[in-house]
Amino acid sequence: MIISVASGKGGTGKTTFATSLALALGSKAQLLDCDVEEPNCHILMKPDLQTSETITMPTPVVDMEKCTACGKCGEVCRFSAIVVIGEQVLTFPEMCHGCGGCSLLCPEGAISEGSRELGVMETGFAGSVEFVQGRLRIGEAMSPPLIKAVKNKINPNKVAILDAPPGASCPVINTVMGTDYIVLVTEPTPFGLHDLKIAVEAITALTVPMGVVLNRSDIGDDEARLYCKEKGIPLLAEIPHDRRIAEGYSRGEPLLSSAPEYRDLFLQVFDKIEQSVNTAHAAAKETLS
Amino acid sequence: MKELVIISGKGGTGKTSLAGCFAYLAENKVLADCDVDAADLHILAHPKPFHEEDFRGGIKAVIDPEKCTQCGSCREACRFGAITEDFAVNPIACEGCGVCFHVCPEGAVALEEGVNGRWFLSETRFGPMAHAALRPGEENSGKLVALVRNQAKVLAKDRNASLILVDGAPGVGCPVISSITGADQALIVTEPTLSGLHDMERALKLVFGFHMPVSVVINKYDVNPEVAERIEAVSAQAGATVLGRIPYDPQVIRSMVQRHTVVEDGDSPASIAIREIWAKLEPTLLS
Repeated sequence: MIISVASGKGGTGKTTFATSLALALGSKAQLLDCDVEEPNCHILMKPDLQTSETITMPTPVVDMEKCTACGKCGEVCRFSAIVVIGEQVLTFPEMCHGCGGCSLLCPEGAISEGSRELGVMETGFAGSVEFVQGRLRIGEAMSPPLIKAVKNKINPNKVAILDAPPGASCPVINTVMGTDYIVLVTEPTPFGLHDLKIAVEAITALTVPMGVVLNRSDIGDDEARLYCKEKGIPLLAEIPHDRRIAEGYSRGEPLLSSAPEYRDLFLQVFDKIEQSVNTAHAAAKETLS
Repeated sequence: MKELVIISGKGGTGKTSLAGCFAYLAENKVLADCDVDAADLHILAHPKPFHEEDFRGGIKAVIDPEKCTQCGSCREACRFGAITEDFAVNPIACEGCGVCFHVCPEGAVALEEGVNGRWFLSETRFGPMAHAALRPGEENSGKLVALVRNQAKVLAKDRNASLILVDGAPGVGCPVISSITGADQALIVTEPTLSGLHDMERALKLVFGFHMPVSVVINKYDVNPEVAERIEAVSAQAGATVLGRIPYDPQVIRSMVQRHTVVEDGDSPASIAIREIWAKLEPTLLS
């Protein structure tokens, strides 16, 4: 089973929730940090990282001996990563999306592929929890290919928990796509609610079952609860504001270390998710047969 | 004219709350909300749009089943796995590169420009603002950020404004890089947690790549004064100016619930700290 944890607004407690769910499940769990721009799971989990792999994207390399400056590559590229000016071919590797169109369509076979470093992917263990994370190279704009590389490490024999980036655009969609359940962590404030609505809108088309965890549930107002009720989105849990949890987090302690009494709540949330996933799978089978 | 961009690395540290306060305190400015995939500044600013347009940021491939002979050339060439079993295009996976269009021997693929979002020029209670809403789940947020920034510049010239206040996105990727490009100064809002410190260091590294002055504000510093001190030491060592500390103050959320900025609601501890920070920052923004 694959559970992704997203939020819309940043700083609502995605990482806090994802890490403590993984800790509650122990050796059954695999935690994958897909927030590759700012991966924070490692701060709380302190994993022992055993492997590190550089992830790259193919970018064009032009052989000027073969090139006739016909202009085909510049015409094909939709990302302004290769441009022909007079007899010269200029490449802008940082603009390249790695589609391979220029090398495939060059009539002279003058374009081969080099690579641009996107970042690293690391794997290891945090206690009994299997751990994977991506770290985007600073200055690199494109995170989705690195997120895909992290997701390729999903262990089908475990409960994979994916910590998604904030927002509701392509990096989030790339993370939650193909998962069995999406947990949306939010806080009951106008910003939290607004961004929750955007996240719900973004993922509804994926038809993945979802539920909301309300963090710092006693601050702000009641609007987020009313929204969930109106939309029929299950409220999986409420975690009130607790200075112990906030201070523990500031020191890099997972919620379950600062407030161990929450263990049962996390296990109950997992049960709810499992039931919901089983129901969705059964319904999908029925539709097929 | 100066352009100040507010970023954070880590999300939820208080970028938009602080940007709202500065928007209230600053004179003769234009606002730009460049967190286009989860824009929140409008919640505080109450904009009334006087101009709006669709944003078309990219294309998607579409296969005409009448012409398609299911030869498989497109699927073989597509590196994004966007061609489905029954030779349709999965729009979520489609990168808009157009390779399928070029390789299809039947001319069955069309490239269609889609609407990815909408952008606005508005009057707000703080002054003029450029902002946008990326369609949930869409890509090309970097392009939309660039558009919002450019529109804010035009607006600032029109109105003779001396400052553009840019509310950026979390992270260090595409939209953040796009919001920093062309700014004169960056301000990083962080929190005294190990995650806040870690993410600020990455954001600092990114901003220094753009060779611009950068200052740091620590929000809710009293949650962990020790980490706050470490953040100040790291910032100073990196050459960033530490502008100030804001205490944890429940009035911030109470004001947000009222759609206010905290500096409008009396002299709470956060309000006092933010006014002091603005008093230090404002002189650096005079051109």
